[in-house]
Amino acid sequence: MKALRKFLDKKKPLFEKGGKYAKLQSTFEAFETFLFVPDITSKTGTHIKDAIDLKRTMSVVVLALFPALLFGMYNVGYQHFRSAGELAATGMFDLFLYGLIKVLPIIVVSYVVGLGIEFAFAQMRGHKVNEGFLVSGMLIPLIMPVEAPLWMVAVATAFAVVIGKEVFGGTGMNIWNPALVARAFFFFAYPSKMSGDAVWIADKADTFSGATPLAHAAALVGAKGEAATSIIEQHLSNTWDMFVGLIPGSIGETSTIAILIGALILIATGIGSWRIIVSVFAGGFVMGTLFNLLGSNSYMTLIPAWQHLVMGGFAFGAVFMATDPVSGTQTTRGKYIYGFLIGFLAVLIRVLNAGFPEAMMLAILLMNTFAPLIDHFVVQGNIKRRLKRVKVTA
Amino acid sequence: MSDKEPLFSAKNRKLLTNPLSAENPITVQVLGICSALAITAKLEPAIVMSLSVMAVTALANVIVSLLRNTIPSRIRIIVQLVVVAALVIVVDQVLKAFAYNVSKQLSVFVGLIITNCIIMGRLEAFALGNKPWPAFLDGIGNGAGYGVILIIVAFFRELLGSGTLYGFHVIPKVLYDMGYQNNGLMILPPMALITLGIIIWVHRSRNKGLIESN
Repeated sequence: MKALRKFLDKKKPLFEKGGKYAKLQSTFEAFETFLFVPDITSKTGTHIKDAIDLKRTMSVVVLALFPALLFGMYNVGYQHFRSAGELAATGMFDLFLYGLIKVLPIIVVSYVVGLGIEFAFAQMRGHKVNEGFLVSGMLIPLIMPVEAPLWMVAVATAFAVVIGKEVFGGTGMNIWNPALVARAFFFFAYPSKMSGDAVWIADKADTFSGATPLAHAAALVGAKGEAATSIIEQHLSNTWDMFVGLIPGSIGETSTIAILIGALILIATGIGSWRIIVSVFAGGFVMGTLFNLLGSNSYMTLIPAWQHLVMGGFAFGAVFMATDPVSGTQTTRGKYIYGFLIGFLAVLIRVLNAGFPEAMMLAILLMNTFAPLIDHFVVQGNIKRRLKRVKVTA
Repeated sequence: MSDKEPLFSAKNRKLLTNPLSAENPITVQVLGICSALAITAKLEPAIVMSLSVMAVTALANVIVSLLRNTIPSRIRIIVQLVVVAALVIVVDQVLKAFAYNVSKQLSVFVGLIITNCIIMGRLEAFALGNKPWPAFLDGIGNGAGYGVILIIVAFFRELLGSGTLYGFHVIPKVLYDMGYQNNGLMILPPMALITLGIIIWVHRSRNKGLIESN
């Protein structure tokens, strides 16, 4: 550690004003503060004191993503060998290794492209490099199908960083979650690689159906009586698999357990808002129950409300996407409203629009857009209430 | 005309060239956005649309400029609308007669040229107070400024969205075989808005004078 510190101190003057590499100052600064907590403290005004800065915050989120990531890698292998019919003959380590080899390139592409653009913009504008991409760069691979071509991942990431973030002024200024912008871009630009049955399992055997539970559920819309119950029995009865995550889907979204572990880390460290997470689940459950009671087709009536919460990207979105402190609401009451509407809309879109089986992305992006409005009305309401109190006592 | 100003004096040339960049109706004044979003998925309709708007702006400018001293100012908007509407119907008929396919692609948007803010804006701001020749140049200039942006947006949208330019395939088949795919989002209207936004972004960062202070 000391040697590293010494090395940095020795090189530092080169990057300061007048130094040989002064132009690369922000790049140097980014690495230095990544390795060591900066020793600069503010000198004027009142500031909140906390031991944790933005880089450390981001690292905790990345840590919280690891269970989902590791399980995702295992599941990639699991799904591949299951489709090939060689599941029994393959050891657990081999499953994981296969997944690792498949997933790692996507992660590398996401980070290289995203950080590359981030550094370039910081350099051009003379800003400090933003830390935000540390998390986005990990989120993007986790919400991609494993068969996503790398160049498409690169294009989607570039779009997300430039249009989702840099246009608005970088980390902290964006109105949408950049990772979801990447996914939305991917979904609309290259639908054949982001939906359907073929992309969720790596090197799927042709005879094997790779449909996700959501795709099976969507097939219920037109099915009646016998046909509907047979779909449920064949594909949707094994809730345990859905909960553990042994189902086809985007890399990191399948395992509700792994996501909940991440949620615990986020809540324990106070980084993710439990209010948002809980109310997203509540919203999804309420909408699901409404469908159960009033539904007019098999999808609405036969899928129990709680099953919506473990299918597809619902849990992942609730824990890692909706809680994004930048694009979400800030006020306490706003968080409940925002979260509830995300869950509510996600299930609504999912069931009513067959074109968007994975509605979590759209629901969160929509509510991201409305988050400032919700905050505005919560604050206004608060002001009004307090003004009334003033009148009574005066 | 009493003054012996040459047809293309420096002042008149400015009328032609200013709208191309510094006073561009789309990127600077942000007018005429709706049609710019609607018909830029392909180059061909975009070019035809630009020419139509250019023709209508120029001719409407000339006619209103000729009438400027006789139009009572209280009903000037109605008079302007009648002039523009008449011209748009002429353009629509010409397109139907000579470019039926494009006219079908443009569908309702030819008729909607009437509501294009650029035209009314130029009539109000320029034609009512200037002589026919400068008004004509101003119309051509603004039509061209509108057209340039339309064509730039359409160029990128058609190239990336359909892999073609003016209907011809330009992206080699080898690329498709290697796994390249057309970007489906480019064909959807939101991408026109984003492309336009990027053009405005690039334009303003190159012309610092255009950045509004807030």
